[in-house]
Amino acid sequence: METAYLIETVIKIVIILLVFSALAGFGTYFERKILAFMSRRLGPMNVGPYGLLQIAADGIKLFTKEDIIPTNVVGRIFKIAPVITAATAFMAAAAIPFLPAFTIGSYEVNPIVSDINIGILYILGVMGIGLYGPLLGGMASANKFSLLSAARSAAVFISYEVVTGLSILAPIMIVGSLSLIDFNNYQATHGWLVFSQPVAFILFWIAAFAETGRTPFHLVANDHEIIDGFGTEYSGMRWGLFFIGEYANMFFISFVIPLLFLGGFGDGSVMGAFAFLGKMAFFFFFFLWTRAAWPDVRPDQLMMLCWKILMPIAVINIVITGIVMM
Amino acid sequence: MFEAIAFYLFAFLTIAMFYITVTTSQALYALTALAAGMIFISAFFFILGADFLGAVQIVVYSGAVMALYSFGMMFFDTTRELHEKQGNKYIVVGLATIAAVLVVLIFSAPILSNNITALYPMVEGAGNTQEVGMVLFTKYLVPFEVAAIMLLVAMIAGIVLAGKKMDASLTLMTEAEIKDMRKQKANKTKEIV
Repeated sequence: METAYLIETVIKIVIILLVFSALAGFGTYFERKILAFMSRRLGPMNVGPYGLLQIAADGIKLFTKEDIIPTNVVGRIFKIAPVITAATAFMAAAAIPFLPAFTIGSYEVNPIVSDINIGILYILGVMGIGLYGPLLGGMASANKFSLLSAARSAAVFISYEVVTGLSILAPIMIVGSLSLIDFNNYQATHGWLVFSQPVAFILFWIAAFAETGRTPFHLVANDHEIIDGFGTEYSGMRWGLFFIGEYANMFFISFVIPLLFLGGFGDGSVMGAFAFLGKMAFFFFFFLWTRAAWPDVRPDQLMMLCWKILMPIAVINIVITGIVMM
Repeated sequence: MFEAIAFYLFAFLTIAMFYITVTTSQALYALTALAAGMIFISAFFFILGADFLGAVQIVVYSGAVMALYSFGMMFFDTTRELHEKQGNKYIVVGLATIAAVLVVLIFSAPILSNNITALYPMVEGAGNTQEVGMVLFTKYLVPFEVAAIMLLVAMIAGIVLAGKKMDASLTLMTEAEIKDMRKQKANKTKEIV
């Protein structure tokens, strides 16, 4: 039993790592294609059929580029910052059930690394640590624009966490558990939470954009400064790790939102599994859609939005939910 | 066996991180080591089966150290080494003595632990979060509420202190208005002088 469990867990971890680091590469391809179509361009077309091998070309470039550590940077912190972003993104995935349980032969497989009973809290906490990557990278870079970017990432960090935490509290009160599997099972019998908690759903969705640092809250790496914010001094694979972390985070949060509010994989049938992947794809697409459609907000606007608008709404939502439940 | 490996690994990591925090003269190292140490401590909660406390440890301290980073960013050039002023030597002696006493107490604690019984034993079937809630809202209700009021007081005080003189926003004013305001301020100080 012990050995079987150990082997199973190791295999699951390896599969998640491989699949999602590959998906992060595909994510960049999807993003470029979709952004191109939305602005009536073609996007990558030259490498391979329909530009599909562009991912391989990018990968080769990132892996073989020289890894430059500039003088005056704080060496160790500078080196470890990208690893923090990538590693925490994958650590958060440990509590996400990616598919319903299925059987191979007579062996039952749960596609979740560890069903801890505080799943959602763990995921949000560990994903939050991911913002230490941009912060440390920016602060260690000895570059004024990187430092500004680090300051902005601190601003993002202190703004969104309150909203995610409070918005998720009302659904937790209804379900009475913090495990994502319990959320899924509750919705399979009682109907989707988005209908009973629409406000919490919208708030969490908005906060998810801040959590992953996507447009309209892409102010960590401020695009109109032309340079790449905290990533200015990075090159090669270290810069690539920031990217893998960002895209993996986008995929993971796209798994979490349907699990929390849109019924997840339902009763666990094959149809439910495909519907789950479809919902995930929609939320991932929505990240790219917003990037094409909206400009970035300023840090002070983000803080005002989170603290003065979203947080009071979340608190009122909790109070109303509590009164209704009594 | 895994628990033992995990315990010794994280014990070593935590102590190493806090050692770096106190000994380094580089602000960025100190802050990062502090954050890492706080997060590694959560591993002990997970090993002991207190998942809820472990996750809360991560959430709370990663946010708290983030505030320290922003202070570091404001006050220091974090890429340079700092030369600390050596203060009172007796403080070091005092702290070392207290630390030594604490270590002795920790190692002698198992002698006493035979007499300890759990006041609130585990409830069968209740999850980790529920158990924390039960204890918090029955036995420790009054301290919990008092802590809540204290936090509320601190929050209001923080808002009052930060909100002083913030009725005008420079980003919302035109150039002319800003110049006007500066002139008025200059006049005022002249009058006082």
